[in-house]
Amino acid sequence: MPAGASPSDDAAPLAFTVKQQGAYQLHALDDTALAAGLTPGMGLADARARVPALDARPHDAEGERQLLERLADLCDRFSPMVAIDPPEGLILDIDGCTHLFGGEQALTRDAVRLMRTQGLRVRAARAGSPEAALALARYGEGVQDELQAIHALPLLALRRSPDTRLALRRAGFVTIGDLADVPPGPLAARFGAGLVDALDRLLCRSDSRITPRRLPAPIRAERRFAEPVAHVGTVMRVLGELLAQVCAELAERHQGGRRFAARLYRSDGAMRDLAIETGLPVREPAVVLRLFEERVEALADPLDPGFGFDIVRLAVLHAETLGAAQEDLAGSSAPLSADLAALLDRLGVRAGPRRFRRLAPRDTHIPERATHLAPVAAADLPGWDAPPAGESPLRPISLLDPPEKIEVMAQVPDGPPRNFRWRGTLHRVARYEGPERIAPEWWRRLGGYADNPGLTRDYFRVEDEAGHRFWLFRAGLYGRETDAPLWYVHGLFA
Amino acid sequence: MLESSRLPPALKRALAAAAPRAPVVGAVRPLGVEGIDRMLAGGGLGKGRLHEIFARESLDEGSATGFAAMLAHVATREPGDASPILWLREDTAQRRCALHGPGLVDLGMDPARLILGVLPDVRALLRAGVDALRCAGLGVVVMELHGAAPLLDLTASRRIALAAEASGVTPLLLRLGKAQPGPSAAQSRWHVAAALSAALEAGAPGHPALRLSLLRQRGGPAGFDWDVEWDRDAVCFRPALPGARLPLSGGGPVPLEAGAGESGREADAGWRIAV
Repeated sequence: MPAGASPSDDAAPLAFTVKQQGAYQLHALDDTALAAGLTPGMGLADARARVPALDARPHDAEGERQLLERLADLCDRFSPMVAIDPPEGLILDIDGCTHLFGGEQALTRDAVRLMRTQGLRVRAARAGSPEAALALARYGEGVQDELQAIHALPLLALRRSPDTRLALRRAGFVTIGDLADVPPGPLAARFGAGLVDALDRLLCRSDSRITPRRLPAPIRAERRFAEPVAHVGTVMRVLGELLAQVCAELAERHQGGRRFAARLYRSDGAMRDLAIETGLPVREPAVVLRLFEERVEALADPLDPGFGFDIVRLAVLHAETLGAAQEDLAGSSAPLSADLAALLDRLGVRAGPRRFRRLAPRDTHIPERATHLAPVAAADLPGWDAPPAGESPLRPISLLDPPEKIEVMAQVPDGPPRNFRWRGTLHRVARYEGPERIAPEWWRRLGGYADNPGLTRDYFRVEDEAGHRFWLFRAGLYGRETDAPLWYVHGLFA
Repeated sequence: MLESSRLPPALKRALAAAAPRAPVVGAVRPLGVEGIDRMLAGGGLGKGRLHEIFARESLDEGSATGFAAMLAHVATREPGDASPILWLREDTAQRRCALHGPGLVDLGMDPARLILGVLPDVRALLRAGVDALRCAGLGVVVMELHGAAPLLDLTASRRIALAAEASGVTPLLLRLGKAQPGPSAAQSRWHVAAALSAALEAGAPGHPALRLSLLRQRGGPAGFDWDVEWDRDAVCFRPALPGARLPLSGGGPVPLEAGAGESGREADAGWRIAV
């Protein structure tokens, strides 16, 4: 695929350029441009001189990488072991997958056809090692026998540096076949052990593996349809059957799933991922299926079967130990009971993640940081201290974010407020308590305390004549930190 | 119209099952003030019943929020009852005005029991609320709505009430902003406003004092006002002191009227009164 985009008739020759040492160079060309005598690596100025109508565009490496990732996702349907060989190569480990497609050749044909539906021209090759397959796909000449084909490959297939290639050519080697029978000792002495390694891998003499983009989940199930299924209800029923399989396997392992992912492959190459997460490990197919149904219902753009789905795949991405449950005799010590966890999973799947939280204390005096929203299922959160008996509340029940500025009248600048205007209403202070002084946390300040001490807050609990109770603060100590301290409402008491 | 005798028996049975049953008074939790509990059907806050709480005006939102927390606490205060309280809010409410953990502690509630659900809109909130009410593992579900909330009509509130009746979970509808009481299936409807508290030493604001109005009650009298004070340590309300009134001159601590002892005052000798 190095020649990139598909050519269209009577269009201007197309070239993608990259900037090399201040000058633009051709990076990739279409057929018309190649036919006009341009070659990759040529300077853009030279190319323009030869073909004035050249349509040159900047090369988008990131876009190309994303395209390759998407294609790798597509190839997921042939084998879970897919690796990327940038800039344009995909390697599939089809060991043990071929029977599903009726043999190696049929699988290759399917893969090439799938790529063609994406508007791409591809070269495919099969070989005993990933390096050999890549080299055959890039430089192969269509020889049937695998070993012969590898022997006929040029030295470029070794992927060594140009210096090494030049030295090999000067030594009289032209093809891989020339090198195949040379004893490895002298070769390693002259060109380094790396070359011998590369040669062994290319000739499938040593064991070589690919590093797949993502490891296949240990527990998974899939269903392929002879005819594409265009009905979402059927897909969900199949998903239910797959869940039953997966959950049986989870039960054998004494595990429960925390994260499930379903991938629906459409016959036209599109894919749809559905993922759910649960608060506690589960292995009840009905429960998980219900979550998936909630997920489908909550999708921003609904599930579009198009011409139908042909593969449904389900994987347990994360599993945890789930033995036979024994209730604690003194009362459950788990943060959540099972039915509550199921409820929160359901609500969470529908409303989105991080919507349901628990309040946990944080060890700080700064009020807006004192409450920490923790995940519901979080274990061993710190507890809240009980308030001293007989005291009236010192902290408001709701905290305004951000604090709202008010105009305050006070007898002395550093005294308590006498009256204040908030949201256009004047409140006369009937009772107050304060100040409660809360200093800023110097260790959170840029540059430490000395340079940037921040403003100390003086908090007042205040009740107006109608009985509304407020939590006000004055930002900054008068005379020391500021000359015109501002006042804010920070909270409302019950 | 069909005569009932001609109805097939199966349909008759189905109709009988679907017909609204007479309200059964289930478990109740007394609020602690004798005057209020006497007026409430069953003698207290009905568990598994829908209660609506309205803030009288926008300045009373803190008081109404506090009252909802207090009722939630009262409904789940049985020893050994650690059933969680689910508090559902809208996104906008949580962003503007967060529930403050230490403030809940100061009202006597353990925030660790609280599960805060922040939903994108009213529809999602009501839907989550009804679903949550079917889960008997919860103690109270507080649904906090701001403004008119046209989605909360009679049907929606009936749905909430039915779900609650089946599971025994107590739903509390907290209506803030410019909410107008509409038709609903609630057991009780409260108006909450802040009231002047009995000052502590040195004129400090005292325990949370509220003016409660029982606007409506299903199968019971309504239209009463009470001034109450929240007693965090006993987890109940108590009548507000009659001395909790402003002197005409304004400013300064409030003097206590002599001999204005209310029943139950003597029992609370431990708490401080301004002099």
